[in-house]
Amino acid sequence: MRLTQGAFSFLPDLTDAQIGAQIEYCLQRDWAVSLEYTDDPHPRNTYWEMFGMPMFDLKDAAGILRELDACRRTFPNHYIKLNAFDATRGIESLRLSFIVGRPGNEPGFDLRREEGRGRQVRYTMRSYATQRPAGQRYDAADPT
Amino acid sequence: MNPAPKHAARLIATDALQSNAAHELPQGEGHDLETALRESQVAAVLDRLDSELIGLAPVKGRVRDICALLLVDTLRRQAGLNTGAPSLHMSFTGNPGTGKTTLALRMAEILHRLGYVRKGHMVAVTRDDLVGQYIGHTAPKTREVLKRAMGGVLFIDEAYHLYRPENERDYGQEAIEILLQEMENHREDLVVVFAGYKDRMDRFFASNPGLSSRIAHHIDFPDYTPAELLAIAKLMLRGMEYELTAAAEATLREYIEKRQAQPHFANARSIRNALDRARLRQASRLFARRGSRLTRTDLMTIEPADIRASRVFTAATQGPAHGQDPANSFSGSQS
Repeated sequence: MRLTQGAFSFLPDLTDAQIGAQIEYCLQRDWAVSLEYTDDPHPRNTYWEMFGMPMFDLKDAAGILRELDACRRTFPNHYIKLNAFDATRGIESLRLSFIVGRPGNEPGFDLRREEGRGRQVRYTMRSYATQRPAGQRYDAADPT
Repeated sequence: MNPAPKHAARLIATDALQSNAAHELPQGEGHDLETALRESQVAAVLDRLDSELIGLAPVKGRVRDICALLLVDTLRRQAGLNTGAPSLHMSFTGNPGTGKTTLALRMAEILHRLGYVRKGHMVAVTRDDLVGQYIGHTAPKTREVLKRAMGGVLFIDEAYHLYRPENERDYGQEAIEILLQEMENHREDLVVVFAGYKDRMDRFFASNPGLSSRIAHHIDFPDYTPAELLAIAKLMLRGMEYELTAAAEATLREYIEKRQAQPHFANARSIRNALDRARLRQASRLFARRGSRLTRTDLMTIEPADIRASRVFTAATQGPAHGQDPANSFSGSQS
């Protein structure tokens, strides 16, 4: 099941040229771009691991694209997202965030129903991948 | 694969169509280059270089040569001829205040207009920005700077500080290696300019032959002549909206000759400092007669006395004027 989080997630994956164009747009507006990765794609897992520092004061997308390459090489089987932070006073938050890397095999989520008092049903969900320990979740070798 | 020159090629593409295709007739006419030059708008930058940078004839000559080469290269590519990827890394050597930083800024603009760098900004760094303080600190720090310089020009001031032969555990060597690697692998992304004093840079390059051979353009900045320095002073004053009286100009000429003979003379920078101090003295001179109304001319004019009060004169004459104005004794350690 394809993970849909952040901008552009219902589109086909962006090519590097398209990602570069998005980064150019961010840099034109002086947003600081950063990369994050995770292997726990639960929608409530907002804080992914940072890949290096947020990149301030860059002028050209080439530097970020190279960082993205490095991240993909290091974490070929993780989700990677690219964030653009707007430091303008009064905004000081993310302006754009989209997924730029995903594991080859995305098993999707398991929806659990729990019968509560008075026949109330509580729902919870969990990625199939997180049944395994961190770091071994999206090994391309075995599709769970 | 190499987007920057493609951009330049596009700039000239329209031109090639107009002049009935350089494609079929690569032997072409001189006319082609003329239009290419006009279309790339480099001529404007070169003209500004001429008017704003006084003297430096050999440097300007080299810049023109480089421009010509790059323009011809784009035309050659247009005509389907083989062009090696140009190596644009440079080294600027010369005494302090000879305009190395200014030229690097202009160079960034020129390369941008010719389409050889994408953004045309300049990132000026020194050893501190590249070399870390502990093991493993240098590489990320250097890469960080390189990332910032992508698409523009990285200007490394006093680059010879990177290499310290007396300390073999110095991390500078690591920074140099990373720079070398990036200069080689990412030619289309950034241009590196090494700057510093002539003799020390020569030693630096001698001990890093790999670096020297990867730098295509070694440009040496000559010192300014007194006449050029005077012209620079006038240009600066015009920019600051001040005027010299005829007598003050003569005094300034005298000042420049005396100052040049003294140690720590930093060419245009010394002139700028001297003018700043002259402005200070002019201000306190005007302040002293605050009873009367000051005209616009008063506010703009620098008198000989403003320059004459400098320590350059008192030190040279060993004295009579020395006791007159005690404020001068600490009016500037350099002059």
